Parts: sequence; structure tokens; C-alpha cells
Amino acid sequence: MKLKGRVWKFGKNIDTDAIIPARYLNTSDPDELARHCMEDADPEFPNKVQKGDIIVADSNFGCGSSREHAPIALKAAGVACVIAPSFARIFYRNAFNMGLPIFECEQAPKLIEEGHEVEVDADTGEIIDLTTGKTMKAQPIPPFMQELIRDGGLISHIMKKIESQQS
Amino acid sequence: MSQPMTIAEKILADHAGLDHVEPGQLIEVDVDIALGNDITAPIAIEIFKKTGVKEVFDRTKIALVADHFTPNKDIKSAEQVRLLREFSEEQAIVHFYEGGEVGVEHCLLPEKGIVLPGDVVIGADSHTCTYGALGAFATGVGSTDLAAAMITGKTWFKVPESIKFVYSGQLQPWVSGKDLILYTIGDIGVDGALYMAMEFTGPVIENMSMAERMTMSNMAIEAGGKAGLINPDEKTKQYVEPRAKRPYKFFESDSDAAYKKVIEYDCTNIEPQIAFPHLPENTIGMSEVGIVELDQVVIGSCTNGRIEDLAVAAQILQGKKVAEGLRLIILPATPQVWADALEKGYLKIFSEAGAIIGPPTCGPCLGGHMGVLAKGEKALSTTNRNFVGRMGHPESEVYLTSPAIAAASAVLGRIGSPSEL
Repeated sequence: MKLKGRVWKFGKNIDTDAIIPARYLNTSDPDELARHCMEDADPEFPNKVQKGDIIVADSNFGCGSSREHAPIALKAAGVACVIAPSFARIFYRNAFNMGLPIFECEQAPKLIEEGHEVEVDADTGEIIDLTTGKTMKAQPIPPFMQELIRDGGLISHIMKKIESQQS
Repeated sequence: MSQPMTIAEKILADHAGLDHVEPGQLIEVDVDIALGNDITAPIAIEIFKKTGVKEVFDRTKIALVADHFTPNKDIKSAEQVRLLREFSEEQAIVHFYEGGEVGVEHCLLPEKGIVLPGDVVIGADSHTCTYGALGAFATGVGSTDLAAAMITGKTWFKVPESIKFVYSGQLQPWVSGKDLILYTIGDIGVDGALYMAMEFTGPVIENMSMAERMTMSNMAIEAGGKAGLINPDEKTKQYVEPRAKRPYKFFESDSDAAYKKVIEYDCTNIEPQIAFPHLPENTIGMSEVGIVELDQVVIGSCTNGRIEDLAVAAQILQGKKVAEGLRLIILPATPQVWADALEKGYLKIFSEAGAIIGPPTCGPCLGGHMGVLAKGEKALSTTNRNFVGRMGHPESEVYLTSPAIAAASAVLGRIGSPSEL
């Protein structure tokens, strides 16, 4: 699986209230959540972001709440993947469960600038900044996790498996 | 002889049916209690229905607590609670709480003896780590993991490494468990315990009330921790025994268990702590705060909404008045805490001081309702997070503190200590 997109950059400790403010959690509708995605970190983000864009952030992305609305909002806003040196553990688990690929890469926030075009190879973990030609390495995503992402998350993945066993 | 283990490892091994586990190992464990609230459970319920499964694994082991936007703040919130109610009726869920029975989940579940020492608890709420104070392995998960546990009664974990914190020395006046956990987060940072179990030990913890222990474990997540455990003792037993309706088990760390790190604090020099915006790690001691004028003070939440917290606030507010133009909002965390505060005369003290006394709810902590901030406003709060926009407008500010400092500051109109009154 390869992902290619334009980069939006964020700093350290981007918390779940920045990703999707709690005041909007009276719904779990993905499209509505997407309209407020990252707005407390960058009020213009929901208008600027386009399908396939990539977020590059600094360490501890997704800290704070256990709300699954955070990866849901990012995915529904069109974000293809998030790259950061580290992720908060509940967010890490939720992201894969929701089918949002994330990559741990120490160098990414140092080497990649906003607006750059970046390509990520999930099989090898190689990240290329196509604007500068610089390459860096992230943890690859194993095939079964890629399949889970392609199926749209853990539950869709399991249901697909059950269906294929039954047919 | 079995190999030494930490309390976290022992509970996980027990629930995985293994003699021994070690950090990094992936295990499947039985879940004693799976928890959801009015924000996170609706997604879990939708997933549950989507799978076509007919019944939850055990209707006595699921807790659904409608505490975040309740009393329902708008139609959408009311619809989310309706979903919980209908699901609970359909599945005959034993521990469903709403309306006059609801309390802030992490105060309510220990109070009612629903979570017990030795349990594995997962909750679709990050502050589920609170129950570590009882000697349980408790951690926050997302709604999908909650749904899976509601179906199977199991979940998977990577066994975390543990960090041991040892607190010793004599506490200064007005220094509480809240100050110690804020100090700790300030020291190690908001990702200082990322993926790890924190274990709070030492003579200061041994002397600490269960309420303060729960305050400390509650904020383990603010350091990135997976859990925040305290070895159970006589105090734990006294708290749990009258509440428990099923057997429970004490696990304790072996003295020669392996830790990723051991961090020792001499608490003698720790002042009351304030976390400045916009991260819980931005803590400083009271003497360095300077002048911070306040628009609002909140006393309550899963961190500091227990009767012991209100007792401290009442002691300070007795015969005093809230500063002009400042809103003091006090939210007893459960119906029992509310009733006790009434019985003990605390509510009268709060009312005479000019406080707003609200129902048990998470409300203002997450900027939901009942105390939302306008642009530029500053609040001092006994809650657990001070992220940008946490309590309202993205340009408002939240400072975190203990009930003692919060109560004194409400009178002073600025961040200050009871010793100034």
C-alpha cells in the first residue's frame, strides 16, 4: 500500500480536544465531525484539507481522551495518514481500529515541511519527501494490518472475514 | 519459586490464565468490567448491532454511565442517552445509570463497589485508569475495543513496562495527592509514561486517603500512562469491604520486581502545584504563580469531586464570600456525595459563600455545558486537562489545581493559597 499526498504540519502533543473538540461530541456522525477536525489547532484546517492529504506532527500525537471520534474525524476529513515520532497509546489503537494508517517516524517533523508532497510505502516503511527527495524510515505496517485498514477498520475487517467463511 | 512480577503484571497474568507475563508480551485477558459513557458507548452500541450479535457476554459486567453531557444539554445529547437507555433495557444491563442515579463514572463505580481490587477493567474513557488506586488494572480504550469486549468478555493487551514512583517525606500544608500527581507529570512530561504502567508507592501513599489515591491514579493518563496502580492495603480493604458484592483479590508487587525506572520524590519541598495552560505538564509551585486573575473556578470531576474534596473546600469557604464577578461552580461527583455534602452542611457553606451548586456531571471539564468559558476567560479547575479549548472557547485558559487552592482562589479572585485568607 502506497499513500501520496500534500503535507499539513502540526507540533508536539496534539491532543484529542484539538483533533475534535469535545463540544462536538454530541454526535458520532463522521461528516459532521470532519467539519470541525483540528479546528482548535488550526481553525481553517477543515476548509483547507483535501482528500489524500497527510498530517506530519511532532511527538505524542493524539494524547488525552479515548474518543474514537478523533481518528473518525481525521479519516472523514480526508486525511490519508498521520506521521509522527510517537503516538498516545489509546489513539494508536483507535487509529488502526478505525482504519486510519499511522506511521512512527522520528525524523519526519524535522525533515518534512508543510505543503511538501510526500509518499509513504506501508510495506517497507519508507517515506519520501518528493519535494526535496529526502527519504526516511518508519515502522512498516504488516500485511494483516494493511488488510484491516483497506477493509475500513477492525469491525468491517472481522465482518468480512465472517462473511467469507460463511459463503 | 515463581519469577518476581509487578502488580500490573500479576493482575494481567491472572486474567490471561498464565503463571507469568513480561513486558512486551501480547496477551488476551478476561475483562471484569467494561465501561462506556454517553459519548463513547453510542459508537460501541452501533458496532455491537452491526455485528448482528444478539446478547452481551455478561449483563452484570458492563457499566453504562450517562455522565458527560447530562442532564442532557441538547437534543443530540438526549438522543445519545436514549440509545444507551434502550440498549440497557434490551440487554438488561445491570449497571446502567442516568438521571438522578448518575454520578461521574470514575467516582460512581468505586463508590458502588462495581470495580474491585484485582480486576481488569477497560473503559471507553481515558480516565478509567482511576481504578488503579484500588489495586485493579484499569485502562482506557476506544469504542471499538469496548464493543469487542461487550461481545466476547475479553480484550488483548501488550504487557506494559512499569515505572515505580516512591513518595517520601512530610507534606507541606495544603499539599494533597493532586499536587503530587501534577508535580509528577510536570517532572516526567505528558508522554513521560507513554505505553507504561505507573506504580505509586512509598510512605506518603501509604498514609494517603483512598480519595487522594484515586486522584493520583486518575491522572496517570496525563503522563501518557496505560495504568496508574497502587498496591492495596488496609485502607483499600476498609474502603472496599462494605461495598463489594462479589469476591475480590489483592495483588502486590514483589519487592524484587523489575521496573523500567524507579523515580523517588522527597515531598517535603513540594509546594501546592498549578498546571498552566495548555498542558498538564506546565506545572509550577504556588510561590512562582504571580498574579493570575480568574473568571471561574470549578470544583468537581472524576479527579476531585469526592466528599473528601468538598470537605476541604468547605473548610476554606466557611464564612467567606466568593470574589465579586467570579463564578464558583461546585459539582459533587455522585448522588451519594451530593447527599453527604448536604448532610454535613457543606452545601450550606457553599451556598452562603455564593457558589453555584450543580448536579453530578462531567459538564464543564470538557467544555460540554454548565460552565463553558467565553473568549479570553480564565478558569482554575480541579479537573484533569487544560488543553486549548478544553473548557470552552479556543482562546480561553484553564489552570489545574487542588480543591484547597481552588476554594481559596475563588475567594481571592486570583490564584492563591488558603494561607492568604
